[in-house]
Amino acid sequence: MDIPGDLRLASTHEWVRINDDGTVTIGITEHAQEQLGDLVFVETPEVDMQCEPEQAVAVVESVKAASDLYAPISGKIIDTNGALADSPELINDSPYEDGWIFKMQPDDVSEVENLMDPDDYSNMVDSEG
Amino acid sequence: MNLKTPLYQSHIDAKAKLVDFFGWQLPIHYGSQIEEHQSVRQAAGVFDVSHMTVIDITGTDAQTWLRSMLTNDVAKLAHNQALYSCLCNEDGGVLDDLIAYKLGDNNFRLVVNAATRDKDIAWLNEHLRDNVTLNVPDANAMLAVQGPQAQAKLAQALSTMGININVAELKRFYAVEQSGWFIGRTGYTGEDGFEVILPAELAPLLFSTLTDLGVRACGLGARDTLRLEAGMCLYGQDLDEDHTPIQSGIAWAVDVSDPKRDFIGRDVLYEQKANGTDVHQVALVLQQRGIMRAGQTVERSGSTIGKVTSGTFSPSLQKSIALARVNKPVVGACDVLIRDKPCAANAVELPFTKLL
Repeated sequence: MDIPGDLRLASTHEWVRINDDGTVTIGITEHAQEQLGDLVFVETPEVDMQCEPEQAVAVVESVKAASDLYAPISGKIIDTNGALADSPELINDSPYEDGWIFKMQPDDVSEVENLMDPDDYSNMVDSEG
Repeated sequence: MNLKTPLYQSHIDAKAKLVDFFGWQLPIHYGSQIEEHQSVRQAAGVFDVSHMTVIDITGTDAQTWLRSMLTNDVAKLAHNQALYSCLCNEDGGVLDDLIAYKLGDNNFRLVVNAATRDKDIAWLNEHLRDNVTLNVPDANAMLAVQGPQAQAKLAQALSTMGININVAELKRFYAVEQSGWFIGRTGYTGEDGFEVILPAELAPLLFSTLTDLGVRACGLGARDTLRLEAGMCLYGQDLDEDHTPIQSGIAWAVDVSDPKRDFIGRDVLYEQKANGTDVHQVALVLQQRGIMRAGQTVERSGSTIGKVTSGTFSPSLQKSIALARVNKPVVGACDVLIRDKPCAANAVELPFTKLL
């Protein structure tokens, strides 16, 4: 599984990248988009919403089903990917770059360390078969 | 259960994503469900539908008996012609929907859903009478070839395989049977197309011959969006035992033209045809972003009027479309509750593809 080394991952298949300015960017993994199939709609979170880890904040919908997205850490939503409104398939085509979903200002950026590194995540996915 | 069709290995080789479909291992897609959908609308696609059940009915009373079992009337069929019908219970509730072919005066073939196989066979056996024999052949394969290029591509594939069947001359809703092959010009996509029943051992070759000719392998995912765009019901979602065909948008599959014909469910169905019913099917197009899904509530002026039975994203319209069951006819606007938020939808006439 080819996951950029700077990412940390949640068991619910979100990835988190710490940006240079201390904010974090969040999306879903290659494995998650593959499981969902062609994405056709993304309900992004409200900007300024304060959220807790594991709180459902967004929804990604493929042709086949809707799937919740959870905040991987606590913090405030500061931005969402506007390009997804017209091109939700960006998540299929580029899950780790153009298909990012939202950005947060973390309450405590060290919470990111509670998440999995790419190896642990790959092992988890493999063990799920 | 873990049933494999004769094309199982072909699907693995084509890198299909397989899912369990009522016990059958079948492809949901081969990479992109939306591209598969578009291929069928624009060119041609091939589907493995070997999970569908074939029931052959023979005997001197076969026609008389089927006229008493089905809501549509097989008496109007010419030889080799097919019709769509429901199989109903005494209350007019739909046990299954099916295609019935008349192959001869005493020889019929039904193609029924995989999910309802056991129930259908039990029901038919329970009502069987003298001079009618029921036979469920197995070990066959069934492929659906669908799309504007289906005829040209299937003709080419058959010729490559040395099978001398002229599909170009086959009329819509007719079938031809020859040396172990059975080809009907029907489908579940709203496009021209064929359903091909053939010996299991030849199925992988037909599949690969078609895909080599550029016919796209399509999964259950595309099959579902294609049938919904075409306004066709799916048993278990849009049709069930608690509702009649008249309440489910397919009153045309109940033939009342011969008042002397008695059939199971007749009393309820005649009554609803004459006096109407307070349950209706409505076709909806969402007027905003979002996807309607089965189970969501339909509202009008703030009060609940029904539920979505099938909902999806229409690749052709680039909007969400749905079938819903409501307690009053809907003309114009209504709301569908998506994650508890009312979203504006419009009632339209089927098929959805008319809106293109």
